[in-house]
Amino acid sequence: MSTSNPFAEGTEDIARKRLIGRVFVAICFASTLVGIVALVALIVDVLYESWGWVTWEFLTYPPSQVIENFLPGGRGAGIYPAIVGSIFLIALTAVFTVFLGVGAAVYLEEYAGDNWLTSFIEANIANLAGVPSIVYGLLGLAIFVRGIQLGSSLIAGALTLTLLILPIVIVSTQEALRAVPDSQRQAAYGVGATQWQVIRDVVLPRALPGIMTGTILSLSRAIGETAPILMVGAATSLFVAPDGLTSPFSAMPMMIFEWATLPEPEFQHVAAAGIVVLLTILLLMNAIAIFIRNRYDPRS
Amino acid sequence: MSQAEGTTDITTGGSSGIDDRKNATIRYVFFSCALVTVLTTLGIILVLVQGSIEFFQQVSIVEYFTGTEWSPVIRPRSYGVLPLIWGTLLITAGSALIAIPVGTATAIYLSEYADPQVRKVIKPTLEILAGIPTIVYGFFALSFITPIIQRVFPDTGTFNAAAGAIVVGIMVIPMVSSLSEDAMSAVPDDLRNAAYGLGATKFEVSTRVVFPASLSGVIASYILALSRAIGETMAVTLAAGMHPQITMDPLEPIQTMTAYMVQIGISDVSVGSIGYQSLFAVGLTLFAMTLLMNLFSLWIKSRYREEYQ
Repeated sequence: MSTSNPFAEGTEDIARKRLIGRVFVAICFASTLVGIVALVALIVDVLYESWGWVTWEFLTYPPSQVIENFLPGGRGAGIYPAIVGSIFLIALTAVFTVFLGVGAAVYLEEYAGDNWLTSFIEANIANLAGVPSIVYGLLGLAIFVRGIQLGSSLIAGALTLTLLILPIVIVSTQEALRAVPDSQRQAAYGVGATQWQVIRDVVLPRALPGIMTGTILSLSRAIGETAPILMVGAATSLFVAPDGLTSPFSAMPMMIFEWATLPEPEFQHVAAAGIVVLLTILLLMNAIAIFIRNRYDPRS
Repeated sequence: MSQAEGTTDITTGGSSGIDDRKNATIRYVFFSCALVTVLTTLGIILVLVQGSIEFFQQVSIVEYFTGTEWSPVIRPRSYGVLPLIWGTLLITAGSALIAIPVGTATAIYLSEYADPQVRKVIKPTLEILAGIPTIVYGFFALSFITPIIQRVFPDTGTFNAAAGAIVVGIMVIPMVSSLSEDAMSAVPDDLRNAAYGLGATKFEVSTRVVFPASLSGVIASYILALSRAIGETMAVTLAAGMHPQITMDPLEPIQTMTAYMVQIGISDVSVGSIGYQSLFAVGLTLFAMTLLMNLFSLWIKSRYREEYQ
């Protein structure tokens, strides 16, 4: 054996090697703390700035340009139309994505053959997941708002968000479908079920918790998205909640953006209060997703 | 599907022509769902290219890519996209300076040093950073990061590139740390044990065995993080401002491609105006940059992947 040992050098000075090792661990550990500290700083900052501003009035009144209205004793101002707008937006998006996302995933996992078309569709989905969200906003603006004349409406916003999260929903649904053991499919075929019956009665029920977890997590990403709905034309000065598919809409991230850009420093607190409401809803959605995963998903 | 005589039958009519047709129809319904994703890509390309063609009928493509002044809406008008690209690259480079070292060191700690119990807590905690809406990072930059920068450099304005780069850097740390950690954990223990057998220290195993062995996955995570930083919108719009300029000074306000699109998006530009068309030209430039990086990341991953049994 003539190969030299690459780790042999410097072995005379074990103390030095030990020191290098300790310094390295310290650096790696400190780096890990950077992310944690940033997260804590962000949450503390938002809570501190919003302290006293998240009131019942804030949740139930429409927005105002006058800061006094947000203060105790004022006429009352808040984020109400944007909360309802966001909930409608996400509910509509959920309907579209569940239908399209599960359909596409079932096709890819259960029907598609191992051919160029399938690999093309899968590569395309992987690429779509990396397209910046504002580009989806341009797509929504050109196709839904202008092209098919939906205007800056709730449904145009929901369709745009649907296309944005569709790749993530498809991938997570595929994983859930793949986790259903093949033996169960074979057993159903064995008693004479057609492919559709196997999918409807065996595969989908088994995969349902996984599908729901993935979909809710994707929707929680959609509810915080600002750029796409901004391009589609979400409003910031609406005083009523949307009342139909084609009515104009406001959404929480849009209001936060509006308040954060206003020059009066007090509006920073209003923006922070909006963020607290948004993060609370996000947290709830994530909690539901995690609950479903832990309670019903056979994989966990 | 053919059926043998006498099998237990859970269908009502066995394998009839109606069933076959029904199955074929269902197959087509599912296929059209999958087709939506292909149509989305085609739609994006078509919309961006068509808008850009209209834009370049009025603006020379040479001026667009070589001009150093960007002011398509306000007179005197000029259409050089370089300041926007520069702004985007400044944010991307700045955030990479934070996210790549911090994310890599975090990944090494989680994969090589941390107790499995600790890793199970820290990894999802860090991933929360990736789930926070970007508008919240924009607010965080304005209300927390910029005041700190102003304390150190009192001349800094409300909007500056540094605050934008810092929050985008924080935002993409979990992309680097989680994906790199996955790649490092996939390195088989045999390699580590072989190095220990030769007398290597844990530091040497981490840096000279595990890190090189997982390099393809680690670099792919870097590129994905960079691509995310390029396309990042709301945080940089709020933090870095709306002032397109080519500057090396990170304390100056700048404007990224995405922030410009937001600026047009919230203003009342009429359809068919040059401002409206410029959206699509800038959008196409952005889309091309992120697409190239995503393809590059996929290519690195497949080209240099080490297969372990």
